[in-house]
Amino acid sequence: MSDLLATTQQVIDRAKLRGSSAADVLIREDNSFSVTVRMGQVETLKEAISRSLMLRIFVGKRTATSHTSDLTPAVVERLVDETIEMARLTSEDESGGLPDVAVHRNNFPDLRLLDPSWEDLTPAERIDLATRAERSALATDKAIANSEGASFEYTRSQVALANTLGFNGAYEGTGAALYCIPIAQSKEGMQRDHWMSAARHRNQMESPEDIGRIAAERTARRLGARKIPTGEVPVIFDALSARSLVGHLFEAVAGSAIYRRSSFLLDQIGKSIAADEITIVDDALMPAGLGSSPFDDEGVPAALTPIVENGILKNYLHTAYTARKLGGRPTGNGSRAASGVVTIGPTNFYLKAGKYSPEEIIRSTKRGLYVVELIGFGVNTVTGDYSRGAVGIWIEDGRLTHPVQEVTIAGNLREMLKNIEMVGNDVMFLGSIAAPTLKIKRMVVSGA
Amino acid sequence: MGLNKSIFFEKYNVTVSDLETYLSEALSRGGDYADLFFEYRINHSIVLEEQIIKSATKGVNLGVGVRVISGEKTGYAYSDDLNRDNVIKAARTAAFIANTAPQGGKVSVPSPLDQARNLYPIPVFPADLDIARKIALLEEADRAARAYDSRIKQVQASYLDETKHVLIVTSDGCAAWDLQPLVRMNVMCIAEEAGNRQSGYQGGGGRRALDIFTGDLDPGAIARESARQAVLQLGAVDAPAGPMEVVLGPGWPGILLHEAIGHGLEADFNRKKTSAFAGLIGQKVASELCTVVDDGTMPFRRGTLNMDDEGNPTHQTVLIEKGVLQGYLQDRLSAKLMQSSTTGNGRRQSYDHIPMPRMTNTFMMSGESDPQDIIKSVKKGLYAVQFGGGQVDITSGKFVFSASEAYMIEDGHVTAPVKGATLIGDGPTVLRQVTAVGNDLKLDQGIGICGKDGQTIPVCVGLPTTKIQEITVGGTEK
Repeated sequence: MSDLLATTQQVIDRAKLRGSSAADVLIREDNSFSVTVRMGQVETLKEAISRSLMLRIFVGKRTATSHTSDLTPAVVERLVDETIEMARLTSEDESGGLPDVAVHRNNFPDLRLLDPSWEDLTPAERIDLATRAERSALATDKAIANSEGASFEYTRSQVALANTLGFNGAYEGTGAALYCIPIAQSKEGMQRDHWMSAARHRNQMESPEDIGRIAAERTARRLGARKIPTGEVPVIFDALSARSLVGHLFEAVAGSAIYRRSSFLLDQIGKSIAADEITIVDDALMPAGLGSSPFDDEGVPAALTPIVENGILKNYLHTAYTARKLGGRPTGNGSRAASGVVTIGPTNFYLKAGKYSPEEIIRSTKRGLYVVELIGFGVNTVTGDYSRGAVGIWIEDGRLTHPVQEVTIAGNLREMLKNIEMVGNDVMFLGSIAAPTLKIKRMVVSGA
Repeated sequence: MGLNKSIFFEKYNVTVSDLETYLSEALSRGGDYADLFFEYRINHSIVLEEQIIKSATKGVNLGVGVRVISGEKTGYAYSDDLNRDNVIKAARTAAFIANTAPQGGKVSVPSPLDQARNLYPIPVFPADLDIARKIALLEEADRAARAYDSRIKQVQASYLDETKHVLIVTSDGCAAWDLQPLVRMNVMCIAEEAGNRQSGYQGGGGRRALDIFTGDLDPGAIARESARQAVLQLGAVDAPAGPMEVVLGPGWPGILLHEAIGHGLEADFNRKKTSAFAGLIGQKVASELCTVVDDGTMPFRRGTLNMDDEGNPTHQTVLIEKGVLQGYLQDRLSAKLMQSSTTGNGRRQSYDHIPMPRMTNTFMMSGESDPQDIIKSVKKGLYAVQFGGGQVDITSGKFVFSASEAYMIEDGHVTAPVKGATLIGDGPTVLRQVTAVGNDLKLDQGIGICGKDGQTIPVCVGLPTTKIQEITVGGTEK
């Protein structure tokens, strides 16, 4: 990591020399391996080291950004100069600038992001994880006749960040995912579903056999799915599909959506926006969390930010820019897109577990839809209007009965959040956004 | 094309002998086939927001991907620079997939050829133009959107261009390079009235110079269309729920074809028999009114390429002719394993990704009906003219696409605008329900982005006005 830090310092020195008033640079190096096994054979195997340098320049109150995958010194030097030239052509923006020095800190917490024991696995052993998951899926149910395969992905990443205010920091982390996508077949047609596990540490992963088995069970139970009549019923989102609901809420509390007046949660701080049982946090400090890091992509230290507490909206999420613009504090959610532009990203943004098991939630429902997958993009975060394709299982008298497909569920996020009746105890972390099973009192299901 | 040789030879001093060395290393453990994909891509973007130029961005991507195929197995590795040792290392990593007796001997590479045809001949690349001209486009859009209606409170206008150099060299003797321009503008507006806030969006572009931004794609025209949609939504009523007759407007609603049948006809899913369309070639899957084509050869279009990302020329491929399923979209691997031939649809996001069968410009041919007559023929239904995104589960065949501008049709007349709603249907059967096709085929304005397996690529879709007897509309009004 010392090479990466040395390079960031050279870039900062060059930026100062060439007339930028402030600058920051982030370098990321990913060492990645991925394999897909399908029907017992390796289908693809991919391995590479990739680098990306992301630069942000300020010339007074003007700014420009750039990125390059080519870290050859001459290329980087020219890019620094070009970025300074670009910055001179943009407009002055009073809210622009690096995060204030005060928020910088040099002793970062150890968040247990790295598990070097992943490196003990040989390529053959990594391939075997995928092979075992798929084999387990194929052995679980006779209906599983085909497969999109099982994949194992592993990345070891290093991140180094420096800026002209003297910030200088680096961290390293590991992350892996194992997933399995079986296909079930019957006379009526084919269905697929999946199951996965993702973690920074080896001992946090579910076993390949469990992943394959659960994937197969989820897939086989979808066979024979049919439409249901259009009507208004309770809708239960399983923990996997509930993640997307929490994701929409994340988009609506991003400071960038607030200053653009494009959020249904504009002007709602301190107000009740969800059922009393709902508490949501963004926690960059979660030990070994998939979204944890000691500082964000602008060098703001990791923090725990309450978003919703017992239904009340507490905070929006900010970068240095949106914080200045809206009169808040940076929350450590600065995230650099592939283009190098700083946007707002979730760290570990999740809805906290409630008291009910998923089984209790299903049992509580006389008639309703248990949603296991959502498709499409029919969510408008400006208005909260919600309409998405759903796959699920029909609930009758508290029991899962037949699978359902080719239906939509619709409502408005404002009401959906208020109408959450039960919160599951099964939060599942597979990425930066997580949720437990959620029951919504009623939504319109459109089908036959 | 302005250059006599690929930039990789001119600027980066790659030689034919280097290419031969890399391919020989790639096949050093056996393997049936290997290829190299060199890419040098420059992106620029500019964002105007709150009436100021908020940011300007430049991106440089350079690298080479090495692929080795052995039977059905693919090994892949890449290098983020063109350093000889790093490329050799990538080639050896990719070679690991094969474990058969090497053939021995050196791979011979011909001198790479320029494209025989150029589907995007442009005098000057947008990337080479002064940034001030691009800023002027955004300022014009901002003024036009705000002038459209005083209820427009926010305007975000963005400009993007891309210049992509590719060089593809294969172990079976293909060596070709291309230079691919791409430009785009987007305008997003927020309209507000008495606490009601709504958004509108319009964009456009293609593989062209800045002269593309005239006529329908004039910055003012794009901005007014975006503003019109935002203002219109202020008065939208709840969308209906349930199955009903739907008329799709021309152009971007062609996303129906992309989701309902396009993905399901990508050869990889059919080779593996994971697509709901597997085994349906030669069968009737649509009404006789439907002829659907994927055509990568239409000049200047967003989905167009001189050659695909495996070095094969793009084609016009008929997917459905008068209702009968004709064929699949093939890349090299699936074509070989299915004993078919490539259709020039092997595409990839960039050098760090494995190519796979993808769409280019996908559309339905015009029919004979007058669009006005189609609307008049509907007693009660939905008229959907603008869409957001769509998605498909290729295995079950169920697909969605979300209308962002739609109206009720009552007794043959277009009436109230309705809020956005998702439409859901079944790919292998939805086109059987097509009961009228208009004579007004239109392609979208150049905004399509298609995602598959984590890779995004530019595409285009098109549709004439099309009537579907019944599809489920996912509103809230029962």
